[in-house]
Amino acid sequence: MNLEQQFQAKIDQEIKIEPRDWMPEEYRQMNIRQIAQHAHSEIVGMLPEGNWITRAPSLRRKVALLAKVQDEGGHGLYLYSAAETLGISREELIDQLHEGKAKYSSIFNYPALTWADMGAIGWLVDGAAIMNQVSLTRTSYGPYARAMVRICKEESFHQRQGYEILLTLCRGSEAQKAMAQESLNRWWWPALMMFGPNDTESTHTEKSMNWKLKRKKNDDLRQQFVDATVPQAEFLGITIPDPDLKWNAERGHYDFGPINWDEFWQVVKGNGPCNKKRMNDRIKAHEEGAWVREAAMAYAEKRRMRKEAQATEKVA
Amino acid sequence: MNRQEALFHYALQMGDNALIIGQRLSEWCGHGPVLEQDIAITNIALDQVGQARSWLQYAAELEGKGRSEDDLAYLRPEFEYRNVLLVEQPNTDWAYTIVRQFLFDVFNFYLHAELQHSTDSGIASIAEKSLKEITYHLRFSSEWVIRLGDGTAVSHRKMQQALDDLWMFTGELVEMNELETGLASSGIVPDLEKIKPLFEARVAKILEEATLIKPESPYMQKGGKQGLHSEYMGFILAEMQSLQRQHPGLKW
Repeated sequence: MNLEQQFQAKIDQEIKIEPRDWMPEEYRQMNIRQIAQHAHSEIVGMLPEGNWITRAPSLRRKVALLAKVQDEGGHGLYLYSAAETLGISREELIDQLHEGKAKYSSIFNYPALTWADMGAIGWLVDGAAIMNQVSLTRTSYGPYARAMVRICKEESFHQRQGYEILLTLCRGSEAQKAMAQESLNRWWWPALMMFGPNDTESTHTEKSMNWKLKRKKNDDLRQQFVDATVPQAEFLGITIPDPDLKWNAERGHYDFGPINWDEFWQVVKGNGPCNKKRMNDRIKAHEEGAWVREAAMAYAEKRRMRKEAQATEKVA
Repeated sequence: MNRQEALFHYALQMGDNALIIGQRLSEWCGHGPVLEQDIAITNIALDQVGQARSWLQYAAELEGKGRSEDDLAYLRPEFEYRNVLLVEQPNTDWAYTIVRQFLFDVFNFYLHAELQHSTDSGIASIAEKSLKEITYHLRFSSEWVIRLGDGTAVSHRKMQQALDDLWMFTGELVEMNELETGLASSGIVPDLEKIKPLFEARVAKILEEATLIKPESPYMQKGGKQGLHSEYMGFILAEMQSLQRQHPGLKW
């Protein structure tokens, strides 16, 4: 067996690929792309929710939201570390993001307009992310799979927290319930788009599946999400904005209406409501932090030199 | 003012300090200079808001009028807030944020070290728990003062500027108001005259290590502890209280 066959054999036997193992260059690149995209999504994803921390309507909610957004930063941190095991630095990855060469989940290019959005983002966006991420705990690249295990635990907590925000609104005043419904109207379709294009349109699916970078198809995950979410919406007492949504007893799944892929591709290409704002915010934070990072490095260097000088003195 | 009322007002004052600096710090979340520091500053914000909850819950209990921590945080107007002016100053940049935090942490550290021995058990228990967190905050902010003060020429200049601008808000930290004087006489809170030299010595030590010069401000700004705030305060509360003001009396 040549190297590539040995590699495939390992994957077929569900043996994880580790950083020092041989791997095809394309596998390495696809992993970097996918992990980086995921890391960037966590970091950019801090922004729409961060927008509501200072306005959280109770101190309990403020603490929970702060902790949640902080968790996302933590996820970004271990995902960047996982990507670094493939031979690329965090700085390079961040530069790629800021230069528009790397993607992040398009969902974060939609605005968080009301407090109910803190509920809908947790319930739907984190909910959709979990569907995908649970399947990725079995991805073939070891460091990524292990990062996913940890992330999934926290994400499912976030999802319950989001749902609970909406439940409180739906059991509250008419105005609160209307706020929850309006939020669902805006987030439902973008959440379904999070699973990516239909598999017939997706360019990477086949190779990703063979290498077990991806364990489930986009359309299967999307269906799984719809099936899980419809009863939850019913329990809340709010209506999913899809007239075609109905149970199909024959298939054992919910049928749902057509997704507006034109909107999806427009947002991917940079024409969503917040693409520019999100990127400008990230670039601004990075640029305004430059002097801080430089000073920290300069100080570390000074300390190292002082220690060396002291050591030399002692020897002398 | 009887003992119970005095305790209520003191718990409010402590809660307000923690809440307003927590609110300011939380503005950083997602915008930090580097990911690790974004997470660290959010951690401090979390601790501060957590401490604010403990104080405001205690205040609500002392008052005994059925108000909750959220009623106290979200429904009091600016003039009823008793936080010091320092904590409401804007983040401006990482230098201002670190200097503001450092000055507040040094004071807060010595204050809580005394408050954990308060003759009031409610205060003592909140202080004891908070002191663990504040000890970490002080270590974090001191390290950053030194790192940036003794970092590059640019960072040194920014830190000195922040220190010069914020120094005039430090007088109020260690100057007793009427409420504190009353409570100090019965051993509930420490005499701030005792904390003042500790504050000054620790600040001087860290500034020296950071190669920063302690400003010689002849005049100090005060008023926060009497409910007289800076122009920033109205905006902080307008933002923080917006939902509760738009939709009064609801559960969230």
